[in-house]
Amino acid sequence: MRGADDQSRPRDAAVAAAASETALPITIRRLSKAYGAVPVLNEIDLDVRPGEFLTLLGPSGSGKTTLLMAIAGFLRPDSGSIRFGEREVVRLAPHRREIGMVFQNYALFPHMDVARNVGFPLRLRRVPANEIARRVEAALEMFQLGGFGGRGIDQLSGGQRQRVALARAIVFEPRIILMDEPLSALDKQLRERMQIELRQLHERLGTTTVYVTHDQREALTMSDRIAILDKGRIARIDTPRAIYDEPGSRFVAEFIGESSFLDAEILDGECRAAGSIVRARHMPASAGPCTLALRPERLRLLGPGEGEEMNVFEARVTGAIYQGDTLLLQAVLGDGSPITLRQTTRSGEVAMPAIGAPVRIGIAIADTVLLAGDAEGAP
Amino acid sequence: MTAAADLADDLHAAALRRDQWLERAGLAGLAAPALLLVAVTMIVPVGWLFGLSFLDDAGAPSLEHYRRMLAEPSYGRTFRTTFEISFVTTLICILLGYPLAYFLSQLPRRAANLCMIAVLLPFWTSLLVRTYAWLVLLQRSGLINSWGIKLGLWSEPLQLVHNVGGTLIGMVHIMLPFMVLPLYGTMRGIDGNLLRAAASLGSTPVHGFWTVFFPLSLPGLAAGSALVFVLCLGFYVTPAMLGGGKVTMVSNRIANDIELFFNWGAASALGVVLLAITLVVLVLAARLSRGTGLFGAGH
Repeated sequence: MRGADDQSRPRDAAVAAAASETALPITIRRLSKAYGAVPVLNEIDLDVRPGEFLTLLGPSGSGKTTLLMAIAGFLRPDSGSIRFGEREVVRLAPHRREIGMVFQNYALFPHMDVARNVGFPLRLRRVPANEIARRVEAALEMFQLGGFGGRGIDQLSGGQRQRVALARAIVFEPRIILMDEPLSALDKQLRERMQIELRQLHERLGTTTVYVTHDQREALTMSDRIAILDKGRIARIDTPRAIYDEPGSRFVAEFIGESSFLDAEILDGECRAAGSIVRARHMPASAGPCTLALRPERLRLLGPGEGEEMNVFEARVTGAIYQGDTLLLQAVLGDGSPITLRQTTRSGEVAMPAIGAPVRIGIAIADTVLLAGDAEGAP
Repeated sequence: MTAAADLADDLHAAALRRDQWLERAGLAGLAAPALLLVAVTMIVPVGWLFGLSFLDDAGAPSLEHYRRMLAEPSYGRTFRTTFEISFVTTLICILLGYPLAYFLSQLPRRAANLCMIAVLLPFWTSLLVRTYAWLVLLQRSGLINSWGIKLGLWSEPLQLVHNVGGTLIGMVHIMLPFMVLPLYGTMRGIDGNLLRAAASLGSTPVHGFWTVFFPLSLPGLAAGSALVFVLCLGFYVTPAMLGGGKVTMVSNRIANDIELFFNWGAASALGVVLLAITLVVLVLAARLSRGTGLFGAGH
């Protein structure tokens, strides 16, 4: 995974070119919504590029679903602007926005069979009956549901329902697709398979897509870019790799992936944490307290003599958990701060360290992240 | 494995079976008083009346009462009146109750619960009191007539009660909650995202209502209509008081047969026919509203 340019997702050049002609950008300016005195959306500015897969990620109550509902037209903002391409839509009724939407609980019409569900948007657009039948079947084929047209919704499994909902959302070729946690009701294995499928679907269609999730791994897997929301504001928007490698703030580092946070201090251009001098890819400019964020999988147990050009910490093992694919090692540093290390388990490579044993833990300078502000999260 | 161990296993199995049986018997015992009450107050008297209906005045078995019901045109009129009144009441209840239930189902739950109390308020007042209240409002010297004349809206007292109109007003008022409750329950169960999905796919609010919401509310509508219709079929107090003798429903006729003519056989026969019709309506409604859980277990 690492080392590859993450902008070059495999995408057929011709398809992408065709898509970029029809795909619409979404431009959101100063969008606000408050419930009473509580702001849910706080002057949001957001540009979704044409054909982009953008994920809104955030804890519950961060405003991500509210923002999606405002884009869909189901929620009237207090102020601000939403444009699809050149067209201002902030006052446009939802049924005139031409968006394909996928809901968390599928929202399939229980009194219609699969074909009537998928054909619903086409019937509304007065497409001739034989063409509806053709397009519905084609959409179902696309999701490996060929021949399922006559089935009732209650005869389908969760994954099949999700696919029908997707087929219904794309069958009328909307220029924008919105998805509200569409995979959260599926079990883990199916969810991971659908993530890949959705990603491939997006690569094929090239439709501008806004996706809401609270699952950071899902966001990393699927997105071109991720917008992390916090208390009605966009805390960070960037590519998955940039956000993971350079979270930039404690909130983002905590939310995306795991990290051990250590108090650090910058004095005379040198950074000290847990008694060691630490070098990082980017050093904060100002002196004072800062936070060291260490990703567990970037840390390494060092053998004797190793550790050149690395930040090295002396630690004592407090726990070792074998998790199958990885070994989770918990340790404390000299100053008592806990640190977590994750190592892949290849047979014979890693011996389980004994509890209480002294170890040396190292991390490459390029993987070391220093965040401005102290470890309590104050800026 | 020894024989002794086998025996011990068998003993356990027998004891466990007995425990299970005792548990079931205990649970059934809880229902026993209610079952006994129903048996004594419902099954026995209805069975007795059922028997009576097949005896002539001299006490010999005969179908005389049923034959007379077919031969005598006044019985046919009574049944027709009963069905017409019940049907019109149900229809008006649908027209008033559906929009009300829809409104309630779209409110936030707290507000809806408060409004629901208003809908249920009539249940806490005696049926007789409510019917008298309508008399006070509707009679010739009643509130509506006296105000209407004072305001110059009409000069002569209007005949608002002691006729079909008055009966319908009273019955609709009393039946409305029976329509609203099942409708509201069904509508609450309709996922709001379905309407959002319809809108996102291009459906106007009106189109979305008719293609998505209305079809999904039909089981509640069927249940409410059946409930109202069946209750109307056997209604006695309100038609008797507000109908002023001009509206004769089956139950009024039964009362007359017993109180005026002491003809228990004829009254029983009417009761049996009414019960049979009611059961048919209920079975039809249960078919229509299958899966709503309003008529016993759905699927």
